[in-house]
Amino acid sequence: MENKMKKVDLIFDQVDHLAILDKSLQRTQDEIILDVIESGLRGRGGAGFPTGLKWKFAKNEEADQKYVICNADEGEPGTFKDREILTQVPDKVLAGMALCGYCIGATEGYIYLRAEYNFLLPMLHKAIDKFHKELKKRDFDFSIRICSGSGAYVCGEETALMESMEGKRGEPRNKPPFPTSSGYLGKPTSVNNVETLVFALMIAQEGPTQFKEMGTFDSRGSKVFSVSGDTPTPGIFELELGMTLEQFVNEFGDGDTKAVQVGGASGFCVARKDFKNTLIGFEGIPTGGSMMLFNSSRSMYNILNDYLEFMEEESCGQCTPCRVGCQQLVKGIEAVKKGVKPPAYLEELQKLSDTMRIASKCGLGQSVPNPFNSIIQNFREEIIY
Amino acid sequence: MSKYKVNLKINNIAVSVDEGTTILEAARQLNFTIPTLCQHDDLCVAGNCRVCVVEQKGARLLPASCATPVSEGMEIQTNSLKVRQARKHIVELLLAEHNADCTKCFKSGYCELQDISNDYRIGDHIFLDLVKEKDKERDISSPSIEKDDSKCIRCQRCVRTCDSMQYVSALAVTHKGNNMRISTFMDKPMNDVVCTNCGQCINRCPTAALTERNYIDEVFDVIYDPNKFVVVQTAPATRVAIGEEFGMEPGSRVTGKMVAALRRLGFDKVLDTDFTADLTIMEEGTELLTRLKEALVDGKEVALPMLTSCSPGWIKFQEHMYPDLLDNLSTCKSPQQMFGPLAKTYYAEKINKNPADMVVVSIMPCTAKKFEAERPEMRGSGYKDVDYVLTTRELGRMIHQAGIEFEKLEDEKYDSILGESTGAAVIFGSTGGVMEAALRTAYEIVTGKEVPFTNINIKPVRGMEGVKEASVKIKDAKPEWSFLEGVDVNVAIAHGLVNAKILMDKIKSGEANYHFIEIMACPGGCIGGGGQPMPTNMEIRKKRAAGIYEEDEAMVLRKSHENAEVTEIYKSFLHEPLGHKSHDLLHTHYTPRKRQ
Ligand SMILES: Cc1cc2nc3c(=O)[nH]c(=O)nc-3n(C[C@H](O)[C@H](O)[C@H](O)COP(=O)(O)O)c2cc1C
Ligand code: SF4
Ligand code: SF4
Ligand code: SF4
Ligand code: SF4
Ligand code: FES
Repeated sequence: MENKMKKVDLIFDQVDHLAILDKSLQRTQDEIILDVIESGLRGRGGAGFPTGLKWKFAKNEEADQKYVICNADEGEPGTFKDREILTQVPDKVLAGMALCGYCIGATEGYIYLRAEYNFLLPMLHKAIDKFHKELKKRDFDFSIRICSGSGAYVCGEETALMESMEGKRGEPRNKPPFPTSSGYLGKPTSVNNVETLVFALMIAQEGPTQFKEMGTFDSRGSKVFSVSGDTPTPGIFELELGMTLEQFVNEFGDGDTKAVQVGGASGFCVARKDFKNTLIGFEGIPTGGSMMLFNSSRSMYNILNDYLEFMEEESCGQCTPCRVGCQQLVKGIEAVKKGVKPPAYLEELQKLSDTMRIASKCGLGQSVPNPFNSIIQNFREEIIY
Repeated sequence: MSKYKVNLKINNIAVSVDEGTTILEAARQLNFTIPTLCQHDDLCVAGNCRVCVVEQKGARLLPASCATPVSEGMEIQTNSLKVRQARKHIVELLLAEHNADCTKCFKSGYCELQDISNDYRIGDHIFLDLVKEKDKERDISSPSIEKDDSKCIRCQRCVRTCDSMQYVSALAVTHKGNNMRISTFMDKPMNDVVCTNCGQCINRCPTAALTERNYIDEVFDVIYDPNKFVVVQTAPATRVAIGEEFGMEPGSRVTGKMVAALRRLGFDKVLDTDFTADLTIMEEGTELLTRLKEALVDGKEVALPMLTSCSPGWIKFQEHMYPDLLDNLSTCKSPQQMFGPLAKTYYAEKINKNPADMVVVSIMPCTAKKFEAERPEMRGSGYKDVDYVLTTRELGRMIHQAGIEFEKLEDEKYDSILGESTGAAVIFGSTGGVMEAALRTAYEIVTGKEVPFTNINIKPVRGMEGVKEASVKIKDAKPEWSFLEGVDVNVAIAHGLVNAKILMDKIKSGEANYHFIEIMACPGGCIGGGGQPMPTNMEIRKKRAAGIYEEDEAMVLRKSHENAEVTEIYKSFLHEPLGHKSHDLLHTHYTPRKRQ
């Protein structure tokens, strides 16, 4: 692979979103869905589920009403790319939602907007009004509303998000049933990340090939990254997938990068020795966009402690492995640090985190082991001493 | 509709079950037990405790068996090494958050958490103790319910019970993460919220986080006080359930053993709430007929339908939720509270005791009756009418403590007077029973004939359906009741407050054309009361109800107005139903309350 990273401009490119929609409405739902499947697009919200398949499942459900939800809760520490997309190209997001609505047979869409992003409301409402007028001209039955988030990280999890939209406590649901068969108000629902919707729109415009030719086998296309931490160039960057961390650090590092946290508090910590062999993408380390660089001035104990305290607080608290597990991890590393527990206690905690990974009810508890194990494995000494 | 069958393997054994069955249910069909905590047969699925996780071949995660439907070709292991490790971890985590002082705990021996932890021999305490000191301060504001957050495992069974079965929502989940807990509106004490004291949450709490306030020691103290004359009354539903405390089948009829045990405990007289249940029928039946007469003959504005008032959980629910319909409530006190003042007046006089030296104890299937006894209006005798209310469970505990071998006791009979009763009284214990008893008597008062049902078993008002309706046509009314000739008396019955709400909303909207409605706060009526033995589920409640109806059929007298002691008390003391004395001692009024 060439040693330069390719910057891409699919997301932020200003396009005629209505023209794309007009063109798409001439085609059948199946044709568009097939294109999205063919492109290899996977969800950009973290879980990476193939977007075309999700739409196909939702389309195949029989129901009097279906819903499209644009997940703009963006709670992952270190991510701010959805805010940027909504600010720069709101029309593309709205058109992406309408496209999804057309494909799955939904006439209502919701943007679940992170509470901290409420300052975007006036601008978004204006864009939505304009968009509605355009849809009316086309006799296309689709409307979009905004739902203000509840301010809890877990409400970004799609089923907790829907509970919250229904006015209930934001607790994740049991799966199955999956949202595509029983989602918001029990109706088939497609929940998609902001970025995913824009990519889908661009695939409808360009056809699947251009997207598919970028990236790697499992990670097609490009991705918007939020780069932060010890970097001279923090910010938002759309990059082709499939680069190694070494390439990434060469571009964004400050020359003293000792670790990169890929994927935020629920992601993995990669140490310098592994930069070369670590691919950013689904066959390596996936990320919802957050890339935090740490240089040698940072204490990995403090970083791990921060992540764990975040999870301990942001867990919805309903399920045992996550609610109590998070507390044990926080208190456990503290006990080891203080010498109350022997270093070998870290192994007990790693076993516990394995249980959290497989027995927690939702993605939050299931991913706490990611930062925990990766930081303990790479920086064991820093945790103990 | 025939259901699709799904084929799967559990622990390598093939099984074919209906589509929609959970892995847990399928495993049970194969006689594999999977431990559960948040799951309860009466409640919707939560899937939050995770102790029921199993291993599914090819799956990355361990599915929660209570929350995961079977799918074709699934291969499940319920006790693999992976499952065992996860389950042990989960129980250890629960214990880390738990004030596990089992030896001092009221729930010990009945506790689901203790059972699982015993099964897995959790003894190492790998993890750090997380019990918060402030959680150890118990909420004892309510006379019925004690809440101990240091014992709570956050399974939310109580929340689901209070929401979905009782429509009260006094309990809710608050906060998140490490601070998540079960609390009330604005964290108020239990006695200051909409709680009806029904105790249904207690019946479903797997631990000691919710228990009844127990008064065992207080009762032993008065029993052994030589200056006190202690009489005990027993509710209808206790006699088909107390056996469960001694390992007997639900529904076992152990009235005689219970009486014998109470004597051995040292109560001075063993009397029966069933007596006042019969009396209730006389008062409440007359009240109903009077209301009907006032409405149909005198053209007066009277509140109809009339609602029964023997379930104190229901009464408090109505005071909170439907205060505008309080006039519809019968003014009759519950049988427990009719018994108290009669014991301290009529009975005290007969046996020549100073009521100030008397103590009335009741054995109830109910926690709401503890609250009821504390109501300021329950002092018709000039004293506190009922001094202590114990649940069926507390009685079981007392018998154990006293070392009485319950199963081996010979049957004994209630003392007289206030000990005689009919089959109509015993069926008060099951949903529809008050209605059936009332109809048996009222129909006969009006027509001079027995109710037109085979063997006077009024089947349409029986059974576990949440809301039941029936209609009885009056034929050949006596001259003084001629205004009822040909009238279809429409009745309805609800048990469980969520069902009560259905009927109440019908009344509010004017949709209802009932004359008389029976409501019990608890599912199945008192047999499913909040003070009954645990566990509870539909099957157990059905068995207890069957016991109740067998008890009725075994009685010589099965109509309240045939109770000779009732006839006697009217002759020599009360004079007539709804008379002056009755008004003073047997009837009451209600208090509108707020919703929060
Ligand atoms: C704790 C938690 C938080 C999440 N937060 C977000 C979020 O803020 N935004 C988002 O798009 N997806 C979030 N997700 C993922 C969603 O559940 C869901 O998979 C996603 O919105 C689907 O969209 P996609 O397929 O386009 O990625 C979160 C998941 C978990 C478990
Ligand atoms: S894993 Fe954590 S956030 Fe998810 S349901 Fe369980 S407690 Fe809630
Ligand atoms: S609730 Fe159960 S486990 Fe807890 S102390 Fe009581 S008996 Fe023991
Ligand atoms: S006693 Fe009844 S009303 Fe009170 S909290 Fe429990 S279930 Fe709810
Ligand atoms: S009080 Fe009991 S039923 Fe309610 S959550 Fe706690 S342990 Fe479960
Ligand atoms: S019993 Fe299944 S998760 Fe609690």
